[in-house]
Amino acid sequence: MADHDRVYGPEADPAGDSGYAADHPPRKGFFTDTSICIGCKACEVACKQWNGVPDDGFDLLGLSYDNTGALGASTWRHVAFIEQPAPPPAPVELGMPGMGPPGAETGAEGREQFRWLMSSDVCKHCTHAGCLDVCPTGALFRTEFGTVVVQPDICNGCGYCVSGCPYGVIQRREGDGRAWKCTLCYDRLKDGLEPACAHACPTKSIQFGDLDELRERAADRVEQLHEQGVTEARLYGADPDDGVGGNGAFFLLLDEPEVYGFPPDPVVPARDIRRMWTFAGMAAAALVTVASAVFGGRG
Amino acid sequence: MTRRKGDRRAHPYAQDQGDYLPGAAAGGDAVERRGPGGGRLGPLVRDDGSREGSMVPPAEFRSYYGRQILKTPAWEDKIAYYFFAGGLSGGCALLAAGADLTGRPGLRRGTRLTGLAAIGAGAYFLVADLGRPDRFHHMLRVAKPTSPMSMGTWLLVGYGPAIGLAAASEVVPKRWRRTLPGRLVSGSGRPAGLAAAAMAPGIAAYGAVLLAQTAVPAWNSGHAQMPFVFTASAAASAGGLGMIVAPLGEAGPARRLAVVGAAGELAASRLLEQRLGMVGETFHKGQAATYLRRATALTAAGGLGAAVLGRRSRVAAAASGLALLAGGLFQRLGLLHAGIQSTEDPKYVVEPQRRRLAAQGPTRTD
Repeated sequence: MADHDRVYGPEADPAGDSGYAADHPPRKGFFTDTSICIGCKACEVACKQWNGVPDDGFDLLGLSYDNTGALGASTWRHVAFIEQPAPPPAPVELGMPGMGPPGAETGAEGREQFRWLMSSDVCKHCTHAGCLDVCPTGALFRTEFGTVVVQPDICNGCGYCVSGCPYGVIQRREGDGRAWKCTLCYDRLKDGLEPACAHACPTKSIQFGDLDELRERAADRVEQLHEQGVTEARLYGADPDDGVGGNGAFFLLLDEPEVYGFPPDPVVPARDIRRMWTFAGMAAAALVTVASAVFGGRG
Repeated sequence: MTRRKGDRRAHPYAQDQGDYLPGAAAGGDAVERRGPGGGRLGPLVRDDGSREGSMVPPAEFRSYYGRQILKTPAWEDKIAYYFFAGGLSGGCALLAAGADLTGRPGLRRGTRLTGLAAIGAGAYFLVADLGRPDRFHHMLRVAKPTSPMSMGTWLLVGYGPAIGLAAASEVVPKRWRRTLPGRLVSGSGRPAGLAAAAMAPGIAAYGAVLLAQTAVPAWNSGHAQMPFVFTASAAASAGGLGMIVAPLGEAGPARRLAVVGAAGELAASRLLEQRLGMVGETFHKGQAATYLRRATALTAAGGLGAAVLGRRSRVAAAASGLALLAGGLFQRLGLLHAGIQSTEDPKYVVEPQRRRLAAQGPTRTD
C-alpha cells in the first residue's frame, strides 16, 4: 500500500495506482505553449474530424475571433482569443529607410499598443480527477497512459462529473444524454500515434509526449522566455503538487489563468471527502438523537 | 471622457468590440469595467453617441469575457424533489420505528406508508433526471467510495426493500393474515422497520455530501453546514407529515420532531449562508432567493404552528405539517438553484480562489 491518499496528495503514477501492471506505458500528456499559438483552430477541426464530434452550433459570439466559446460536450479543443493592452515592444532596427512604425507621425499618444493572446484549451486529464472520483457507474476510467476517458457505452448521464470538474470541461450532450470530453485520442495512442490536435498544430504550440519530458521542456521554455524579456510567462497545471495533483495537459500562459477562462487555483472536490462524510455523520447522529428524544415526552 | 467616434477606427472590430478596446479609460459616472486583458474599459458608446449597458457585468476580477468557468450543473429540479423525498422518507422511517416501539399504531402506519411512497417517488425523480434513464442499473456495476452518488445508490438498494417490507406489513389484508406469507410479512414489520430506521439517517444526510463534493462554489464551501440543513429539514418534513397522518393523541413525538427540525433547519441554513461569504450572495438572487424566502417563511410558520396549535386542533396540526413539507421542498430547490447560480458567474470561482491565493498561496497537496 502506497503511503498516499488516492483522492489527494502526491501521486507519481496514477495509472499504476489505478491497477495497471508496472510495465504500463509512461504517462502521456499535452504541453500547450500558448506563446506560439497563432489561433488557426486547426486543433479544433482535427479533433472534431478524428473523433467524429458533432457540431456545437454556428454562433457568432462577437468575442474577438472566438466563435467556439468554451469547452463542452461537443467541443474538446477550444481556442481562446484575448485582445489586451500590451507594453510597447522594444524598438527593432529593420534597416529600412523612411516611413517609421505605424503611428509614428501622430506621436506616442496616438499609438495603440496591443497584443493578442491565443490559447488552445483542452481537458486537463488531472492526476486527481474530480470527474473520475464522482462517476457512479465506472464509465469514467483512468487509462494505462494516465489519461481520463469516458466510456460512452457505460455512461448513464447522471451528470455528476459535470459538476465534479473544477475546470468546467466535461458536459452532458443535449439530445444524447451522456457526458463527453477529450479522450486524449485514446484510440490513436493505442496505435502509437499522437492525438489529432497535436498532429495538426502547425506551430507545435500543442506538444504531445511523455509527461515527465514535457514538464522539463516547459520549464526550459519558461526560462528561455524570461531571458528574452517575456517575464509574464508562467506555467499553469504543471506543478504535481497543486490542488489537482498536476495536470496531464498543462499550459504556458502569458497572463493570469482567469484571463484565459481557467480557475486560478483549482482544487479537486474530493480533497475534503473525509471531512464531508464526518459532518454528514454528525448530522445523521444528531437526527437519530433528536428522533429518539422526541419519544421521551408525554403525548 | 467618452470615446470619440474617430477612436473606433483604430480597431477593425471597434463596431462590435468597443467594450474590449484596450487602453480606454473609464469615464464620468460609468462603472469601471475590465476586459479580459484587465485593462480599464470605457463606457460602450454607440455610434449615435448614446451609452449602452455593458455585455460584461461590472466587476473587479478578471475573466474571459465574463464567461462562466464552471459548467452549469446538469441537474434539474427533479434532483431537488428527490432530496426532499429522500429526507422525508428517512425521517418517516425514524418516526415509524419510534412509534412501533412505543405503541403508537396510527403514527407508525402513516409514517411507514409515507416512507415507502416518498422513497418510491424519489427513486422515480432520481432515474428521470438521468440523461439515459434506461441505463439506471449501470449504477449497480460498481461500488465506489469516492462517489457519494454510488454510496447513496447502494444505501437506497438496502433501504428501499426495508421500508417497503415495513410498509407491506401494514397492509396485509385480513384474510391473508393467517397464511404463511401473510404471517411472514406481518412478522417482519418490526425488524424491517428497524433496519430501515438504521439506514434512514444516511438517506437523509448523504445528499448533502453528494452536492458538496462538486466544484460548485455554493455547495462545496458549505460542506460542513449542508448536512445539518438536510437532516434538520428531514426531521421537520417527517414531523410535519406525522402531524398530518397521526391522530392528535399519538402525534406528540411528530410535533416535537417538527419543532426541533424546523428550528434546526432555520439555524443551519443561516450558518450555511454565513459560511459561504460572498458566494452566499447567490442565496439572494434569482430563483434561489424566491425558493429560500418561501422555505424560511413556511418552515418558521409550520414550526410555530406545530409548537403552539399542534396539540389542540387536528386541522391546525395538518396545516402546520403541510407548511413544513412545503418549506422542506423549497429549501432543497433553493439550495439547488443557489448552486446553479454560483456556476453561472465566474466571479464566484475567481474571487474566492484569488482571496485564498492572496492569503495562503497556491493550494499544495503535500
